[in-house]
Amino acid sequence: MTAPILSAKGVTKRFGSRVACRGVSFDLWPGEVLGIVGESGSGKTTLLNCLAGRLIPDEGHVAYETASVGTVDVHQLSEARRRLLARTEWGFVHQDAREGLRMGASAGANIGERLMAIGARHYGEIRGTASDWLSRVEIDLDRLDDRPTAYSGGMRQRLQIARNLVSEPRLVFMDEPTGGLDVSVQARLLDLLRGLVDSFHLSAVLVTHDLGVARLLTHRLMVMQGGEVVEAGLTDQVLDDPQHAYTQMLVASILPV
Amino acid sequence: MTAMSPVLRVQGLHKSFVMHAQGHLALPVLRDVALDVSPGECLALVGPSGAGKSTLLRSLYGNYRPQGGSIRVRHRADWVELVGAEPRVTLDVRRHTMGFVSQFLRVIPRVATVDVVAEPMLRRGVSPEEARRRAEFLLHLLGIPERLWQLPPATFSGGEQQRVNIARSLIADYPVLLLDEPTASLDTANRDGVIDLIRDRREAGAAIVGIFHDVAVRDVLATRLHPVELPGAPQ
Repeated sequence: MTAPILSAKGVTKRFGSRVACRGVSFDLWPGEVLGIVGESGSGKTTLLNCLAGRLIPDEGHVAYETASVGTVDVHQLSEARRRLLARTEWGFVHQDAREGLRMGASAGANIGERLMAIGARHYGEIRGTASDWLSRVEIDLDRLDDRPTAYSGGMRQRLQIARNLVSEPRLVFMDEPTGGLDVSVQARLLDLLRGLVDSFHLSAVLVTHDLGVARLLTHRLMVMQGGEVVEAGLTDQVLDDPQHAYTQMLVASILPV
Repeated sequence: MTAMSPVLRVQGLHKSFVMHAQGHLALPVLRDVALDVSPGECLALVGPSGAGKSTLLRSLYGNYRPQGGSIRVRHRADWVELVGAEPRVTLDVRRHTMGFVSQFLRVIPRVATVDVVAEPMLRRGVSPEEARRRAEFLLHLLGIPERLWQLPPATFSGGEQQRVNIARSLIADYPVLLLDEPTASLDTANRDGVIDLIRDRREAGAAIVGIFHDVAVRDVLATRLHPVELPGAPQ
């Protein structure tokens, strides 16, 4: 096997005197989906933002293996370079779709502007690809010209996923992508994400507090408590044979259905 | 017939469960377990309920994490150590070398039965058409009516789900197969179909480790018995 696509070493982030995450290290390999689980306030989202270069860690560093120019230190890149990377090789799916979409632009434009960012110029082709993606995320084509303000929560989230994946990124960061959605909508979205991860051989880092979501979507898990990773391993190992007291408590707290 | 060399070698395996919520209670289950399995063999784990048969089987698959010892498996012409292996190593072994038939199907919401069964082939890089063709063949062989193939298995009967699970777990020709009660919820006719399928795999050279509650099934499939008992249990 080649090299990790993302490599974190000793990532620590403080807000004032409070430590949000401490000494997090891991390698993410191509095609792997890594889940970060833990309760609210355990530092999951802060870690994700550090990995994606949206926050600068106080200690440690994050290396990303680019498609063409070798390994870069995510936090040493200029803001312009980082933004370019974020638009071309990465995706970032926010829990609140409003943060990841341009609410004033049509659904088609939300998808199309990603294609333009990577050099597409032909209007007909852009519109064609946008339509294709809309149907892939199960949104009716007659909603192509509607703005996301007129969409339901589940549709917005699917649109956000289409916007993120249309440029065929290599690495996707996801922050609670199914949070706040009805369970039926959640199941459709999970099914969609599973298929997309498989067919595009995506690497992904997924933050969730839902262990069921983690079981379905991830290969590996890191369990965070109080800003530290207390346990890591294959997803089924961590969920079926939890070792740490905190993980055992989390797994034991899943409501049966 | 010449004796084949083992493809699965277990030595000095230790596994305890520590329950932190119960005052860090430690429950030793496997102590110093050793076994070898060669191609064409079917090793049946035997012992009373609670003796640790499933724990051993799950440890072999890398689902449970032993505290000590060694589980080595022949994988892509190399030996791979599974105790303490990196996740991607275990995943690669599962994708290409080791199959596991559990008692229960872990249902993926909304996915059609035929796609549930075909998935392990797709992960190996087989074309969707070929994977689907093979999935349909197995579903047919295991007596799942064609009208059910496009439905998600969530609403199927226990026996139907078990057969879908077996089809999914046997669709790829894994050189090593781990079977946890593969016929537990099947009627006689369907049980015989599953037995035939597993025996074919054994005769084709798969190395099998299984738990067979049903003695008749065990008698047909097992070539060797391996007693399992809790550490400290009376002999």
